Amino acid sequence: MSKRVLIVDDEPSIVLSLEYLLKREGYETAVAPDGEAALEAMAAAPDLVVLDVMLPKLNGFEVCERIRADARWRGTKILMLTARGRDTEVARGLRAGADAYVTKPFSTKDLMAKMNELLGARR
Amino acid sequence: MLQEWVIVAASFAYLGVLFAIAYYGDRRAAAGRSIIANPYIYALSLAVYCTTWTFYGSVGRAASSGVGFLPVYLGPTLMVPLWWYVMRKILRISKAYRITSIADFVASRYGKSQVLGGLVTVIAVLGVIPYISLQLKAISGSFTILRHYPEVVMPGKALAQPFLQDSALYIAMMLAAFTILFGTRHLDATERHEGLVAAIAFESVVKLLAFLVVGAFVTFGVYRGFGDVFRLAERTPDLRALLTVPSTSGSYVTWAFLTLLSMLSIMFLPRQFQITVVENVDEDHLGKAIWLFPLYLLLINVFVLPVAIGGLSLLAGAGVDADTFVLTLPIAQQKEALTLFAFIGGLSAGTGMVIVETIALSTMVCNDLVMPVLLRMKSLRLNAWPDVSGLLLSIRRLAIGAILLLGYAYFRIAGDAYALVAIGLISFAAVAQFAPAILGGIYWRGGTRSGAIAGLSAGFVVWGYTLLLPSFAKSGWLPSRFLTDGLFGLALLRPQELFGLTGMDEIPHSLFWSMLANIGLYVGVSVASRPGVAETSQAALFVDVFERTHAFDRSRFWRGSASVQDLLPLTGRFLGPERAREAFLAYARRRGCSSLDTLPADADLVHFAETQLAGAIGGASARVLVASVVQEEPVGIDEVMDILDEASQVRAYSRELEQKSRELETATAELRAANAQLQELDRMKDEFMSSVTHELRTPLTSIRAFSEILREDPRTNLADRARFLAIIVKETERLTRLINQLLDMAKIESGSAEWHTSELDVQEAIQDSVDATSQLFRDSGVELTVSLEAAPRVRADRDRLVQVIMNLLSNAVKFCPRGGRVEVRLAPAPDGVRVDVQDSGPGISPADHEIIFEKFRQVSDTLTGKPRGTGLGLPISRRIVEHFGGRLWVESEPGHGATFSFVLPLDAGARAAGESPAHAVARKGVGR
Repeated sequence: MSKRVLIVDDEPSIVLSLEYLLKREGYETAVAPDGEAALEAMAAAPDLVVLDVMLPKLNGFEVCERIRADARWRGTKILMLTARGRDTEVARGLRAGADAYVTKPFSTKDLMAKMNELLGARR
Repeated sequence: MLQEWVIVAASFAYLGVLFAIAYYGDRRAAAGRSIIANPYIYALSLAVYCTTWTFYGSVGRAASSGVGFLPVYLGPTLMVPLWWYVMRKILRISKAYRITSIADFVASRYGKSQVLGGLVTVIAVLGVIPYISLQLKAISGSFTILRHYPEVVMPGKALAQPFLQDSALYIAMMLAAFTILFGTRHLDATERHEGLVAAIAFESVVKLLAFLVVGAFVTFGVYRGFGDVFRLAERTPDLRALLTVPSTSGSYVTWAFLTLLSMLSIMFLPRQFQITVVENVDEDHLGKAIWLFPLYLLLINVFVLPVAIGGLSLLAGAGVDADTFVLTLPIAQQKEALTLFAFIGGLSAGTGMVIVETIALSTMVCNDLVMPVLLRMKSLRLNAWPDVSGLLLSIRRLAIGAILLLGYAYFRIAGDAYALVAIGLISFAAVAQFAPAILGGIYWRGGTRSGAIAGLSAGFVVWGYTLLLPSFAKSGWLPSRFLTDGLFGLALLRPQELFGLTGMDEIPHSLFWSMLANIGLYVGVSVASRPGVAETSQAALFVDVFERTHAFDRSRFWRGSASVQDLLPLTGRFLGPERAREAFLAYARRRGCSSLDTLPADADLVHFAETQLAGAIGGASARVLVASVVQEEPVGIDEVMDILDEASQVRAYSRELEQKSRELETATAELRAANAQLQELDRMKDEFMSSVTHELRTPLTSIRAFSEILREDPRTNLADRARFLAIIVKETERLTRLINQLLDMAKIESGSAEWHTSELDVQEAIQDSVDATSQLFRDSGVELTVSLEAAPRVRADRDRLVQVIMNLLSNAVKFCPRGGRVEVRLAPAPDGVRVDVQDSGPGISPADHEIIFEKFRQVSDTLTGKPRGTGLGLPISRRIVEHFGGRLWVESEPGHGATFSFVLPLDAGARAAGESPAHAVARKGVGR
């Protein structure tokens, strides 16, 4: 059974590129365009959440904190993505319980390596 | 039938009661339980102002000039409230420097000048003696009248009586004895005579009660109340004039001068100074006295007019002197007890005045006249006497006797020429001469000793020439030609029409000339003369008493030292060895020394000793005495000036500091506000940069991701390849658009944008915009309706206007679902044109109506997903519309679409053309 990855971003082009990259690696993907949709999609218990920070409704930090506050998803990895890559935000993301933090624009190779690493740890 | 012995016995009984009160007061004071330490006793004792002159004389004056008796009481009533400023200062000074009398006060102020002290004493004694003789005259007169009860008989001419049968002589002697008993049992004049004050307060009650009872008897017993009395006066032609101020030209002048005169007298009569200042227990008692004392004056004047009217209508024909109505009305009504009570009231008023006045004068004579002379007489070797306090007491007792004898002498010489009121006013005019030197002395640092001596002397000479000598002339003691022809027969020198000044009563006339000379010379000579060291320092100490109360400050002007071994015996000689020792021990304890031997021999000690001595013999003599034992290093005038300058500089400096600190506070507040604004701007800039970064990185992310995918995976199928490339191109366009809009925004905000303003037809601009976006509408499946009414042309930049309309149209289409509708309308507005762009989209909640005009604050909606704009379109559009003086806003409710509208005013062009870059920058601050 392949790993499931939830992509949370409101930018269609970025979502498209992430879906393409992950599917190519053999992962299963789901997409949520905002924070609330992301929490709903957690019902499917993804193995990894790729989480944008600037989201409509709930922002990425809040989504991250809520996922971490729920015991059901203790095994879920979270990788945060942001276009506002300031140090304070990296720190805040990690404090909110993210496993990794990647700034946009990212190198696809590095991003895939990071995601494989996070997912591989559970294999 | 009032037997003579009854009168005498009653008088002595009354004096016995007084003495008992005084004795009890002193005992209580010695036991530390003062009976006078309350403001009511203080206020009552101030009523020593009301003498027989009030008790008998007010009615007398009212009988001749009606309401003309009032100014003498209006003056104090006006003055006393001002005491809170003036008298409080005098009190503070007097307590700090142990002032013993008004002469001591003046002498101390002007460099502890013995000459000035002596001069003030002479003026006071000569000025007040007529006043004392007036009391003798009133008491002996009332005694004589009483003796003839029940007949109303006027006392004969004083001179007609043989010396030894004159009751006034015995009264004077009795009062002298009594005063010596009261006043010179202790030495230190600053140690208050508590028993005396208690007795004086009691006398004030007695005389007030007596007058009120007589007044009430006349008003309600003889007549049927005030209404009855005044109706009587109205009906009688002679009496009607009493109820109004006569309209002759001089009468208002007289009123004003008498009021002023009594304003000064209430402060500067020696007895008033004694009671108000020297005998004061607590500065705060002034607070109650300033309304209680005027109340007392009001009460004692209530019945004056009824008694005067009653006396005039009942006794006028009988040759009765109006000054005796208070006594003769009860006699005429055959009221024995009332008559006796009235007599006691008059006795009370007279003795109170004589006792206090004589004590005050004897202190002055001893301290400021006799002691300086004795100290100068080296042959006496006063310094070597073991105990001088006995000598001091003897001098004072002799002075008391002498003063009363002088009073009696004046009574024999001049007493018959004047009514009571006139004599009193002569004294008032004399003590008024102290006003410039004292009032100037406590408020004007520039007043000098020479100025004070010149002013006082001149005022006194003019007073003597215009008031005292005429009183002698009228008594036949001087030729009457002196009055009618003037000195040496010169009309200009007529004492009561000096330099041809006519039309004034004698008192205003004298006051005018004496004050003119006094004030003129005081100010003139002060300005012209250069003060000495002692004067300069004393002036500063007096004027700045409220700022400079610390003993150290005072002793700074004293450079020198003397040991306790020198100072204690010196002080002991004048205070008595035991009392001096006690005082020094108390001082040592205050300084924290266990014994006298460990007291430091410094300037402060010297100052302490001098103050102790000043309390006994006055400031000027104390200064001389202390100087004889102190190794004084001269303090130069320059040094004194330095100390004073320093003090005034410190004051000026602290005022400056206060001013500066106020300015600083203001500046700080402004800075804080500016800082807050800067922080807010900084935060906004940060936020802006963060937003820009985000907006730039987002398309870059897609571009990089797809580029890498395409590069690294050549197996990508063609369809995907084309799709990815299209995305890259689209995102590149988005980047370009963003950068253009950022630049546009920056230009508009900085005011450097170019505007090509011309007169244009808005219809055309809308049509162009519609044409440019028609493809977009077709692609989105949104229907566009255009409804353009004829509208006036406006002045604007055509391209910018098209930019705004296109922005609104593309926003509308972006938010409309497929099949939605957009309508664009143009209509004339009251003062311009209005454009609406209405869509059938999801609408905007009211909370977001303003937010959407902020940079990068897009509001997404769930129906269509997040629409992608730069987040700069609306902010730029709003700035453009505002640039032309118009307004851009949105009206919307969620679920019912949105309408973006703007209006452009007709004179838009004029505004835009006149707008300077600075203007635009200013607006940048307010806008977003």
